[in-house]
Amino acid sequence: MKHAKTVVQHLASLQWRTGLIFILAAAIILGTPMPLSSAPISESYIRIEASRYRFTPEQIYISPGERVTIELVATDVKHGLSLDGYSLNLEAEPGQPARATFIATHPGVYRFRCSVACGNLHPFMLGKIQIGANLPLLRGSLLVIIAIVLALFYHPIPQHHNNRALNDLY
Amino acid sequence: MLRSRWPQFILRALILAGFIFTILSGFLGSQVGSHNFAIIFVWIAWWSALKLFFIPLGGRTWCSICPIPLPGEWLQNKGILRSRGPQTRPGKRWPRLWRNAWLPVFGFVLVGWFGAIILTAPRVTAFVLLGLFLLATMLSLIYERRAFCRHVCPVGGFIGLYARLAPPVISVNEPSLCALHTKKTCYEVCPWEQYPPALKTSANCGLCLECLRACPYNNISLRLRPWGAELPLAAKMGLDDVFLALTMLTTAAIDTVIFLGPWGILKSVAYTIGSPAWWIFAASFLLLTLVIVPAFYTLVVWVAERIRKERFSFKRSLVYYGPILLPIGLTSWMAFTLAFASTKSSYLLPVLSDPLGWGWNLLGLTNHLPTGQTSSFSLALQTLLLAGGAMSATETARKLSRSTRESIPLLAFIATYTWIMLWLLLG
Repeated sequence: MKHAKTVVQHLASLQWRTGLIFILAAAIILGTPMPLSSAPISESYIRIEASRYRFTPEQIYISPGERVTIELVATDVKHGLSLDGYSLNLEAEPGQPARATFIATHPGVYRFRCSVACGNLHPFMLGKIQIGANLPLLRGSLLVIIAIVLALFYHPIPQHHNNRALNDLY
Repeated sequence: MLRSRWPQFILRALILAGFIFTILSGFLGSQVGSHNFAIIFVWIAWWSALKLFFIPLGGRTWCSICPIPLPGEWLQNKGILRSRGPQTRPGKRWPRLWRNAWLPVFGFVLVGWFGAIILTAPRVTAFVLLGLFLLATMLSLIYERRAFCRHVCPVGGFIGLYARLAPPVISVNEPSLCALHTKKTCYEVCPWEQYPPALKTSANCGLCLECLRACPYNNISLRLRPWGAELPLAAKMGLDDVFLALTMLTTAAIDTVIFLGPWGILKSVAYTIGSPAWWIFAASFLLLTLVIVPAFYTLVVWVAERIRKERFSFKRSLVYYGPILLPIGLTSWMAFTLAFASTKSSYLLPVLSDPLGWGWNLLGLTNHLPTGQTSSFSLALQTLLLAGGAMSATETARKLSRSTRESIPLLAFIATYTWIMLWLLLG
């Protein structure tokens, strides 16, 4: 009985330790600020066509620090373009393109969305801009690896493994 | 307070009124989804609250206040505030062939097939809600207890699967007292056909609390257990449950691709039901859901079984490792919902101001429709959820395995699926 109690206490302390390490790792990995690119290094022009319910191109890759001019061209009805993380908002009627410029200072992946109700699938009309490396994905992948490794090495194979309780259940 | 039926009844009656209004607004209101109460409150408010709060924290608590089976239950019990008793209309037993999760699997595949239109067309949402309402009421008149909730409702199947992880649980204080009680009133009044002293899983307990009210010895209570406590030893699953869990994994990924991905052509294809391209989409959906993902899981189990010295039958092995699918499934749905809700919640206030899209401005917010954005905080939470799910699933795999080597194929499955979801949400 005393031995069982010790085992339970040991497992509980392991779980707490695992949880604590996971939270610390998450805080460091996800809390570290993204590097900023301040000085514009080049300029680019991107023409984005918007039609129900897609943008063309739907995925755009640009370099960090680039000064980007976006031209929005609506091909069927009025559409808009709003870029997550940047205060960029365009609205274009068919035949009346709209332009705006921004500097890609924050690396990462950002969605751009239609900001003018254009039909039933309007809330899901979006595209993505990747600025430099996808650091959130890299950080997320690292955190998942840490989570799996922690769970793997901090949780011992239970001794009761081959017991009747499991066999009765399955 | 839990023993009184009034608080639960008032809540259910209010939700029933809201449910009827939702159906009416779907039929009568504007057919532009983002301007209709039915779309915004069902698919953004309720569906998100269900996955982010009700299921992970409360298991089947939503089932205890769900309005869909309410009229059927009133008709069965011949009264509004009455529990099951001698007056209850005797119904048929639910057919043995369908006493499993296959009908909810089928329902979920249907929702996946037609998801793009169900989630965006108010009239279709209203038809679906009305259809579920009528079906539940009709089945209550034919079959005993909550046959619809237990064996048919796709949402019920979804909730029941992940309720195994949630803290609330009905438990018996003194089992020996139940053995002496010959009348078994708790079983007689249970709309879910459960016998509390024998309850091994929360999957099929609707938390209606009728057993608690009926027990003459005050021997039943509602308790809270640690999250995931039912894993893996008590997560009694059948092959149907494992298949349902695999279906949930696949549909979470497919919904992320369609609703949150940048591939516009896929959205249009999923929306144009009946077109040649849609048939290709439907066939691909079936192939992924019914063949590719289950085949990958089967391969993983086959390898793990080869490594394990003690051999089960293969069917038993498929079921045995099934609990690893639960944490990654639930956290994937939560991460998807977080991404979905954080950008779409901006539709909630304007639609309250003009629920039918008729140009009203009840709260002065109709013209205030900001485009939602994904914040870095939301992305961090999504990452945390997916990593947490992978951790919990790995822990479960570890507990189910007799050696580290045996757990490696299971970890490969967990890591692959988690990374795919991470890439779809953050990539």
